[in-house]
Amino acid sequence: MEQLKSDIYQVFIEADRYKMFLDGLKVTIGVSIAAVLLGILLGMILALMKMTEVRKGKKTVFSVIANIYIDIIRGTPTVVQLLIIYFLVFQTQMGMVAGIVTFGINSSAYVAEIIRAGIMAVDNGQMEAGRSLGLSYTETMKDIILPQAVKNILPALGNEFIVLIKETAILGYVAIQDLTKASDFIVSRTYIMFVPLIGCALIYYVLVKILTIALNAFERRLRQSDIR
Amino acid sequence: MRKFLTAALTGVLAATMLFAGCGKKEEASDGGKIPEKIVVGTNAEFPPFEFVNDDGDVDGFDMAVMKEVGKRIGSDVEIKNMEFKSLIGSMESGNLDVIAAGMTVTEERERKVDFTDSYYTAKQYVIQKENGDIKKAEDLEGLTIAVQEGTTGDLLATDEIKDSNVKRFKKGVDAVMDLKKGGSDVVIIDSNPAQEFIKANEGLELVKDLFEDEKYAFAVQKDNAKLKDAINDALDEMKDDGTFDKLVKEYIGQ
Repeated sequence: MEQLKSDIYQVFIEADRYKMFLDGLKVTIGVSIAAVLLGILLGMILALMKMTEVRKGKKTVFSVIANIYIDIIRGTPTVVQLLIIYFLVFQTQMGMVAGIVTFGINSSAYVAEIIRAGIMAVDNGQMEAGRSLGLSYTETMKDIILPQAVKNILPALGNEFIVLIKETAILGYVAIQDLTKASDFIVSRTYIMFVPLIGCALIYYVLVKILTIALNAFERRLRQSDIR
Repeated sequence: MRKFLTAALTGVLAATMLFAGCGKKEEASDGGKIPEKIVVGTNAEFPPFEFVNDDGDVDGFDMAVMKEVGKRIGSDVEIKNMEFKSLIGSMESGNLDVIAAGMTVTEERERKVDFTDSYYTAKQYVIQKENGDIKKAEDLEGLTIAVQEGTTGDLLATDEIKDSNVKRFKKGVDAVMDLKKGGSDVVIIDSNPAQEFIKANEGLELVKDLFEDEKYAFAVQKDNAKLKDAINDALDEMKDDGTFDKLVKEYIGQ
């Protein structure tokens, strides 16, 4: 017990090391939020590109491009993508931006599938009804299909955000001081392994827990008018 | 809520420490013992002391020495390749018997592990781009310095050099790539790997005499004096009969 106390003291208090966790946490949250926004934006474009196939009833240039993109991104590990983007694309400049771009791109492939599936899950009759009432395809999409699709999409999107937060733990590979790297740093200075690792795990857990609670509340609000 | 959280946190940590502590205590009582299979931890990103060879096996000077030591002690040697910064922590939790990783003896490390007699003297070198303007240690102030996480170079760059922006990579070679592409101004790394990296990459040069000499040694668990003495004896023997020099020539070439 004494040992544990002194370990906790060394890891968190001595030399103000808790500040490293806080700084790391800021980086983790910052990169995650920026990446998720980029991911949603790119994902939406990709989903629309893929949807052209459904509307036309055959493959289009857009859907083929989107399919290849998604195929490549989903088929390669994120660490490899990060190393490629940092060392080759960004030429080791602006590590943080390289991280955001990597996770944004990576996430967009999954988000695209989530959005597409969400839209497809809305009954086709809704589109037919909209069109027969004289609305254009775009209007029906915007005012009738998408609002219903959002309800399908949100839970899965929240899931994707959670996965993304945890995936940013690999930022350390390109020397960015995120939360995991902060715990790595403390391990490398104090030579104590357990306290920093468990501490780091707890911080991630709390972060994800808060996000889960917020998402659940949001989802409940969306379901308020549902009769099931 | 706060009380509950504190209690929960301490509980989780305490449980982990208990499990972690189990392995150590048994061996600590009577000056340690020599295991039948010596588990050697290393980080194979540190040529020529340890690296992964063309067959995918961990090879290098430290490994050759440890295998020879194992032969002389009469124990098998199993090599575990892991991150440099995790080595001492793994030893503390009882998973490693020896660390052979070109590890420099420092006071902080000596608090956690015991070191054998030193077997090699090295130095921290600075790698910069050709015709760079680093001449003395003060020239490093305020620069972006790439290092391998947890190495003496990292400690130097973080603690000794003013206003430095330290980029900590998992591997030395990543730090060198970062320098080459312009993401950082210099790399600080041990002399021998520095020379290997220079050989493999064009357009880089070394600045040699900025820092003090440092001593490499193998680390063993605290209180395992038997293993430490056995390794020291084996090292002495190897130095006397020329095996050590032969390995130095084979791997380090000086």
